[in-house]
Amino acid sequence: MTDVRVAGVGLTQFGRHPDRTGRDLFATAALRAFEDAGVPREDVDELNYGNFMGALAEHQGHQAPLMAEAAGVNCPSTRYEEACASAGVAVREAVRTVRSGEADVVLAGGMERMTNLPTEEVTEGLAIAADDLFEVRAGVTFPGAYALMTTAYFDRYGGSRRDLAHVAAKNHANAVPNEYAQYREAVSVEEALDAPPVAEPLHLYDACPITDGASALVIVSAEYAADNDVDAPVAVTGTGQGTDRMALADREFLARTPAAADAAAAAYADADIGPADVDVAEVHDCFTIAEVLAVEALGFADHGEGIGAARDGLTTADGDLPVNLSGGLKAKGHPVGATGGSQIAELTRLLRGDHPNSERVADAEVGVAHNAGGTVASAVVHVLEVAE
Amino acid sequence: MSAPERNGGHDAWLDALADGEGYALVCPDGHGSLPPRRVCPECGADSLTAEPLAETGTVETRSVVHVAGPRFAADTPYVTAIADFGPVRLTGIVRGIDPAADAVAVGDRLTATVEERGGDGDSLVAFRPADDE
Repeated sequence: MTDVRVAGVGLTQFGRHPDRTGRDLFATAALRAFEDAGVPREDVDELNYGNFMGALAEHQGHQAPLMAEAAGVNCPSTRYEEACASAGVAVREAVRTVRSGEADVVLAGGMERMTNLPTEEVTEGLAIAADDLFEVRAGVTFPGAYALMTTAYFDRYGGSRRDLAHVAAKNHANAVPNEYAQYREAVSVEEALDAPPVAEPLHLYDACPITDGASALVIVSAEYAADNDVDAPVAVTGTGQGTDRMALADREFLARTPAAADAAAAAYADADIGPADVDVAEVHDCFTIAEVLAVEALGFADHGEGIGAARDGLTTADGDLPVNLSGGLKAKGHPVGATGGSQIAELTRLLRGDHPNSERVADAEVGVAHNAGGTVASAVVHVLEVAE
Repeated sequence: MSAPERNGGHDAWLDALADGEGYALVCPDGHGSLPPRRVCPECGADSLTAEPLAETGTVETRSVVHVAGPRFAADTPYVTAIADFGPVRLTGIVRGIDPAADAVAVGDRLTATVEERGGDGDSLVAFRPADDE
């Protein structure tokens, strides 16, 4: 099996770009990824592109060929849609394609444009990631769904809004030095607690912002990197994906995410590592409770213990296992269809040593990225390791 | 009631729930699911029979939604809940209460019916506190 390397990463500034087209956002990320990789465009064999709600936001379906044009590549191009895990599955398929020998170079990533819509329409757009007949028509919003999971968690295991506020404060602190982050201001636990409610028990600072942005990665085979003198020190050594029932009400567990646990088990087995080997993680904290559930699903804490991981310092920047040093979706921002690619980009920078927070994990060898779709009916986990 | 059917199987289920005859589809192994279904989503069994829902459901989780999409703007704030009705859990909006954080608790008992959404009158699964509470 061919070893897979991340040759280059590119991100747009995450934030509000209501006047920028999706094609311009993705073109920017791709341009930066090619510059970072030192790989010529004409070597790209395939484009794997993630996008969730482009049909609503830009009245634009069939986006992959458009994004191939925008990136200046002429090759087979495919759009992947798995709600908030769209770019995660796009990257996963890039890894599998390179491993199979079908391609030497894949451009993978994603884009989402959201702030050109009013908040109410974004809320309705995001809700389509839930079961339309049995959830959306019953008034379930995206924050509302995670609020249902939060209440179930508190009821089953205990925990408090204050515990969740520690997750928000941690991730906002991590975003302060990150030049790509949407929010670079620190938020205190008390400020998070005092914010207005969105879907109780979740309040404003429990939720990620609405974000425009794009991510792009140049994924190559190790042979291609060696033959072409491409500096690609970070390898993708594990990939895994899991699926759960779509509607929360149909799931065995309301306060656990077995799709992510399945994805993690597969990715760990693929990389021949375990959770104890992980030095740093980027997880899908679309809401603070989502980070808690991710930390448990990835095996960093037992069920019921993840709620205290930020409060007790396990996952803070100076903790044993820093989580979301980029700022996470919470503070860096969550352009839905780009997020999975941006997590790999940030983890690559952290492991290479050129992220503003790299010094926090100077000796890190193994990183994990966890990307979830909807209320974790879908999950993708990747393991990245320093290969040279 | 001459509106064209929009979601075959689901519309009939909503009508039954509105008539106090809500049901679930149950496979030979006892897994419950909601229509439309051709196979059991848990085990793939293709022999599904309709069984009545429990008369009251028990709240397993709930939230108070303050920010909703345009279709629910007229209803906010509102409480959504997931309640166990025997073969299946249902998701719905709790009516007949003050939509405050402490208005509905895990373990509360609810009845299920079909009511109209505030904004456009479309049908939704509605819960109301069970009389015996």
